Amino acid sequence: MAHSGINVLFEGRNLIRLFGGLWTTVEIAAVALVLGLILGVVLGVLRTFPSRLLRFVLRLYLEFFRIIPTVVLLFLFYYILPKQMGVNLPANQVATLVFALWTAAEMSDIVRGALISVPKHQRESGMAIGLSRWQLYRYVLIPQAVSLELPATINLVTRVIKTTSLLMLISVMDVINVGQQVVEANNQKYPTGVFWVYGIIFVMYFVIDYPLSWWAKRMDKKRLERANG
Amino acid sequence: MAKEIVKVEHLEKFYQKRHVLHDINFSVNEGEVVALLGPSGSGKSTLIRCLNGLEPYQQGEVTFNGEKIVPTEKNWQKIRQKIGMVFQSYDLFPNLTVLDNILLGPVKVQHQSKEAATASAEKLLDQVGLREYENAYPRQLSGGQKQRIAIVRALALNPELMLFDEVTASLDPEMVRGVLNIISNLAQDSNMTMIVVTHEMNFAQQIADRVLFLEDGKILEQTKGSQFFEQPQTDRAKAFLDSMDF
Repeated sequence: MAHSGINVLFEGRNLIRLFGGLWTTVEIAAVALVLGLILGVVLGVLRTFPSRLLRFVLRLYLEFFRIIPTVVLLFLFYYILPKQMGVNLPANQVATLVFALWTAAEMSDIVRGALISVPKHQRESGMAIGLSRWQLYRYVLIPQAVSLELPATINLVTRVIKTTSLLMLISVMDVINVGQQVVEANNQKYPTGVFWVYGIIFVMYFVIDYPLSWWAKRMDKKRLERANG
Repeated sequence: MAKEIVKVEHLEKFYQKRHVLHDINFSVNEGEVVALLGPSGSGKSTLIRCLNGLEPYQQGEVTFNGEKIVPTEKNWQKIRQKIGMVFQSYDLFPNLTVLDNILLGPVKVQHQSKEAATASAEKLLDQVGLREYENAYPRQLSGGQKQRIAIVRALALNPELMLFDEVTASLDPEMVRGVLNIISNLAQDSNMTMIVVTHEMNFAQQIADRVLFLEDGKILEQTKGSQFFEQPQTDRAKAFLDSMDF
């Protein structure tokens, strides 16, 4: 077993580098998610307001980020915009920005959907006791929407984390990029190393994402039990 | 002469092209109980909802406490504190406890202190026999209990007028009495001014000082409560009472 492929992970600093890459991935995903989810809630609330112009503009924003593939967005923000507009951001920041804007777009749709599915009578009862629009959202609509939207939000989070695997395309040193380098550097010595490297990346993503998707499923079940209970 | 709480003049309402309320004129004096009766689809609920701005109207004036209402959302929001409304589907806020449901208006809208508002909320809960449920969530209550809480929630704002929109229509028969008793007590003991949309004829007869009978968005007659049920003035109202097995 002198040349067993798994040893590629323990060669030099390979494993530490992989974890370093994972950290970059998690950092970008986490910052993008925090910014994106907050912005998404605000946009989602605005999308339930009566102003048609506002709704139209926000709808355009959503469709733009939903229809254009994430890879294209990354290229657009990394290669094209800097040239046209003279802003030069490091790859990690571009990645964070793109993912935050994308998360905000998707989140705005989730929040809007949850808000409009709160029964109309709830809104009227709130108005009948004299609540202002802001108070109506703050005390009545948003708290009820949260339990409706939580599972979809967690699914969005897992989707965003998975999609960070595209970051290597704009040369962010994320876990996939590091993995690729490790594979290439050790190809001579460990021909089957590629299996082990991608294997451990699989495990890493699984360990992060699976608990989230399990949590989402469990909450949805609980919500249904409560609703029908 | 008694003080006029609400006055409606030449009110007209359309849903797109459909004319749902035709030239509505009436007024309600302080302490008076007015029942809106009429067949389904006659516009009773639409009319009562116009009175606190939940439905917009296209023409006419609503005067509340001597002041003509300029129908903007901001104005209505202020006036709604003085007009309590209870709906058919009770609609307590499921994310709040019974007490928090009741306190929301007094504390957040009227800026009463939490202590004072809690004290009066608890007094009201005692009156409807539900004090022990103040920390329960709405899902733990029966329909009748929820509706009683919804009445308390509206009363907690110290309204000058109460609107009841078919408040017993979705309750089990044995729950109806309890809710109706609360409304009767409110009329008799507290002398509350009320407009009541109902299909409970016995109840209407018992509490109504005056009956407005609507059909197809028009007020066909306005008659004293005692007289309406004995001798309605129009044949249509007579046929309606007959069909209600009254």
